[in-house]
Amino acid sequence: MGLQPFLVLSSALFCIGLFGVITRRNTIGILLGIELMLNSVNINLVAFSRFNGSVAGMVFTVFTISITVAEMALGLAIVILLFRVRRTAMADHLDLLKG
Amino acid sequence: MNLPLLSIMTWAPFVAALIIMFLGRRSPLLVRWTAVLGAFVSLVASLYVYWAYDRVAAGFQFGEKFALVPSLGISYELGLDGMSALMVLLTSIIIFAGAFASWTVKERGQEFYALLLLLVTGVYGVFVSLDLFVFFLFYEIAVLPMYLLIGIWGSSGYVKPQGIFGWAMGRTGVGTKEYAAMKLTLYLLFGSAFILVGILALYVANGSRSFSFLDFQAMNIDPTLQSWVFLAFYIGFGILAAIWPFHTWSPDGHASAPTAVSMLHAGVLMKLGAYGVVRLGMGLLPDASVEWAWLVGAIACINIVYGALSALAQTDLKYVIAYSSVSHMGVVMLGAATLTQTGLNGSVFQMFAHGIMTGLFFALVGLVYEKSHSREIFKMGGFGTMMPGIATAFTIAGLSSLGLPATAGFVAEFLTFLGAWSSAHPWWLFPGVIGALLTSIYVLRVTKAIFWGPPSTDPHFQNLPDAVGTEWAALGILVFVLVLFGVVPSLAIAPIDTATMPLLMRLTGR
Amino acid sequence: MRTDPGTLALVSLLLPLASFFVLAIVAPFRRLGRPAAYFSVLCATGAFAAAVMAWLAQGESTIPTLHLWEWLPGQGKSLATVGVLVDPDSTVMLMLVTLVALLVQVYSLGYLHEEPPKGLGRYYTYQSLFAFSMMGLVLSPNLLQLFMCWELVGLCSYLLIGFWYPKPEAARAAVKAFWTTKLGDVGFLIGIVLLWRSAGTFDLTELHAMVQSSTLPLAGLSIITFCIYLGAAGKSAQFPFHVWLPDAMEGPTPVSALIHAATMVTAGVYLLHRTSWLFALTPDVLLIVAWVGAFTALLAAVLACVQDDIKRVLAYSTVSQLGYMMAAIGAGFSAAGFFHLLTHGLFKALLFLGAGAVIHAVGTNDISKMGGLARKMPITAIVFLIGTLSLAGIPFFGGYLSKEEILGAMWAGGLPGPFAVLMLVAFLTAFYMFRVVFLAFYGPSHVAASHGELVMTTPPDEGKIVHDQPGPHSSHLHDPPASMLLPLLTLAALAMFVGIYSTLIGPLLPAEAAEHAAPGWLTPSAVGVAVVGILLAWLTYQRRTINPESLASAFGPIRTAALAKFWVDDAFIFVYERVLLTFARVVGWTDRYIVDGVLNMVSAWTLTAGDDLRTIQTGKAQDYVYGVAVGVLALILWMKLS
Repeated sequence: MGLQPFLVLSSALFCIGLFGVITRRNTIGILLGIELMLNSVNINLVAFSRFNGSVAGMVFTVFTISITVAEMALGLAIVILLFRVRRTAMADHLDLLKG
Repeated sequence: MNLPLLSIMTWAPFVAALIIMFLGRRSPLLVRWTAVLGAFVSLVASLYVYWAYDRVAAGFQFGEKFALVPSLGISYELGLDGMSALMVLLTSIIIFAGAFASWTVKERGQEFYALLLLLVTGVYGVFVSLDLFVFFLFYEIAVLPMYLLIGIWGSSGYVKPQGIFGWAMGRTGVGTKEYAAMKLTLYLLFGSAFILVGILALYVANGSRSFSFLDFQAMNIDPTLQSWVFLAFYIGFGILAAIWPFHTWSPDGHASAPTAVSMLHAGVLMKLGAYGVVRLGMGLLPDASVEWAWLVGAIACINIVYGALSALAQTDLKYVIAYSSVSHMGVVMLGAATLTQTGLNGSVFQMFAHGIMTGLFFALVGLVYEKSHSREIFKMGGFGTMMPGIATAFTIAGLSSLGLPATAGFVAEFLTFLGAWSSAHPWWLFPGVIGALLTSIYVLRVTKAIFWGPPSTDPHFQNLPDAVGTEWAALGILVFVLVLFGVVPSLAIAPIDTATMPLLMRLTGR
Repeated sequence: MRTDPGTLALVSLLLPLASFFVLAIVAPFRRLGRPAAYFSVLCATGAFAAAVMAWLAQGESTIPTLHLWEWLPGQGKSLATVGVLVDPDSTVMLMLVTLVALLVQVYSLGYLHEEPPKGLGRYYTYQSLFAFSMMGLVLSPNLLQLFMCWELVGLCSYLLIGFWYPKPEAARAAVKAFWTTKLGDVGFLIGIVLLWRSAGTFDLTELHAMVQSSTLPLAGLSIITFCIYLGAAGKSAQFPFHVWLPDAMEGPTPVSALIHAATMVTAGVYLLHRTSWLFALTPDVLLIVAWVGAFTALLAAVLACVQDDIKRVLAYSTVSQLGYMMAAIGAGFSAAGFFHLLTHGLFKALLFLGAGAVIHAVGTNDISKMGGLARKMPITAIVFLIGTLSLAGIPFFGGYLSKEEILGAMWAGGLPGPFAVLMLVAFLTAFYMFRVVFLAFYGPSHVAASHGELVMTTPPDEGKIVHDQPGPHSSHLHDPPASMLLPLLTLAALAMFVGIYSTLIGPLLPAEAAEHAAPGWLTPSAVGVAVVGILLAWLTYQRRTINPESLASAFGPIRTAALAKFWVDDAFIFVYERVLLTFARVVGWTDRYIVDGVLNMVSAWTLTAGDDLRTIQTGKAQDYVYGVAVGVLALILWMKLS
């Protein structure tokens, strides 16, 4: 099995994640989408690491996962705060940056 | 004794502004006297340099120089020649009188005076700096505080949107002080963009070694480069000098601005523009100034007649004076465009004369407005009996404006006319003379409508007081200077000569 | 020791200036009124004394005395100088100016005795400034100084006409006078600038030398002299600039006597006399000068015939006489014009001051409301009569010889057309002046009808101190007080003296000797014409043999036109109000709504563009992500394709 299937899987996962980020109305859903995209990156990193025989990719993946955990914690905290303040978690309604 | 006189002169108002900002919270009177003191220090310094300037040696004197950014060739370099000596004297007189004239500013006097003094620092800096980078910095300092000064302390009027651009005027809010402030600032910054481009172009052409005026002057610039850099300077500075058709910020700005700001702006800042054209445009780009003289002169002629006619059409006192400035700045530019010694002398003299005169005018308009709360010329009437002092001063300012002998205005206009007829375009004389005639019409018409005739029956206009206290100081100083320089013009002509002669040698002597 | 006439002239010049500065700057002193007036009179006396001494010192010598100071520095030599040029002409003129100024200042003490102190101080401040400027003009060694003083006397005229500025007519007349003369001054200014360009100097003596050595370039000289003439025409009220002078009568009467009869209005004549050698080079312009002068003389004389305001009659008569002087200059005999200027200065000042005495007593300017005054105020009547006879050119009176000389000059100059016109004017002059004399001083009195009327020349608020008091004015009908009488008598004596001397012995001053031989029939016919005019006036207004109404209707159309001032004023008003103001409004509108409108349009477009672009920014994070995604995709595509 060559590199390509992994990259295809990763791309598919990334697109699914991006689709989720763009289309989901719920903020939690968007966060999940981001998570998928990050995981597609992880798959990429692992795959390249495996095929290039370099350990750096693995190390980076572990690093990414830990960062993701932190990011998720922060993201969810923000969502909860937003929900408390605005009584909604729907992304459509959170348009304070509107021009 | 080797005092850095020019620095003292330039920074004294700034120091006064700092003192005012830090210490003036409680006492309005302290604020005023600090401002007057700061202005006074500058006045003394500028009088001294004016007196001590060596007219035989000529050239730039009282030089100061230390490097700021050696790698880019930027240095703090000051120097003063006959023309700038006259200009700093003008600035000192106007700010000194202006500090008195705005004595009655009630709201946030502290900030008002601080900004005013900051602005003046910029003006002094422009007149005395010989490094174009520093020159530009000062130029911006001189322009920017105007936004706040007009926006906060200004007064709004009402202009009815009309005509094919009526929709646009409705959108932009014509007539309000915020509009005027914004228009003025944006317009002038638009102009300074051109100036910056021009300076940078010269800097690159110079091999990026130095921003010094003297270094620029020493180099030979390619005529094509000269040509468009001159245009950039002309537009950039010309906007500040209210050249047609870029003059429309000036009536709105001056009409909305508070008294001292109008005085300073019409009296000094507009001269900055003309000074820039003469100093940088003609001083650095001799070939291009000969090449473009026809344009400068033709637009100046439009300015003179057009400004005078517009002034004749106004019913708001401040607008009349503002448009008269447009007209008179035309005389300044016309004198410069003649490229003759007499014309250029007239131009510089007119900068001075118009500065004092229009300063006096705006001080008086401010007083009339303050006492009567009206600027509508044709609603007033018979004020002469109630405020004879103001009426007299207004008449004198008006007479200078229409070029009556024994006032500074005559000398300036006459020299300009002589120059115009000796120039390559003699017909310039006629718009100039017609402008003087039209000036006599609108000035006397206004004087008659406001001060003469039977006393107004309007209950608002009863028992109006004449000028009081410190207001007299402002009027007295300005009237005195106006008449003094009209009777003894050689006071100013002698130093101007030392500056214009070498300038013209460079232009035509080759 | 022979005193230098230049120094004396300088002293004479500087005394009124000192007076002006003291009065202008020391406000408390000025507001005292009377003391300020005395101070000014004192200075004027000194000036007159110095002027007489300067004249004596100069004597017969035609070598000018020059005192010059640099005024504007220039390359090599001064660009402009100021100073005094003393020669026979300027000393004589200086004497006239200082004399009339002094007499008028004395006269004003009585005439303006009701004026509040502040106003009186202001009046004498202006008077001092005027005396200085007029003398500066007379003594001016170059055209530039002449122009400057020229403008300054214009300013004084403006200020003094508008002395009672709360009165709308006075304010209007003042502004009108300034504008009209300024119109001419524009020409003068252009002329000076052009002359400077072609000759390189303003200096009269230098110019004269250039003319004599024929080094003055002749190209374009006609334009130059015509421009200078325009200035003179404005100041000396030549057609069509004459409109301001009658209106200028809104000022106090002594002012009219000084400025608008004897001195300032003659400045134009003086200017042309001073530069006659320059004008001699341009005969075409001289021809214009002559014809316009004659036409002005006729026009004003006709206008004077229909006026009922005594001051206006005199004003038109001044215009008419100025036309006379101008015509003589146009004929090439400027000395004749100058001579008439001097005599006219004396007797016209006399007439005005006499009229002032009448107005002061009667309280109106309207001659139809006077009548029979000769019995009540005999001295006034006599001096007025002397003035009138002088003006009519009757032998033994002031204007006789000068008028003859002008007529002779016209004939000798080969201008039969203007000569005929001036003869007609001589007739009209005698007629309209004696119309005034008969209506005002003889015949039935109409004064009773004017009880309680306000003095017209006093504004309602400033003069109220006395005039609000009701009371029959006829009780005031008597000769004026000494301060007013003294100037009257002085002037009358001088006019008589000049008249008798010149009739019996010849011209008083050698400089004014006739330059031409007059034909023998000239004197009888000129005097005859004047006598016929007097007779006609006598028959019409005294004996009533000829009905004034029928006389008027005989000249119906002319009379209608004259009452409408030949529509010249209307033409000016039309140009000013309809043409100029309309044009100005159009320009003003264009500036506000087109030039500035474009700017507003640009900024409005910017605002609109911002508004439109704003909608892209939804504020929804997902839209932004979408944008990023599409952008990245586009970038990839672009990289692939290029």
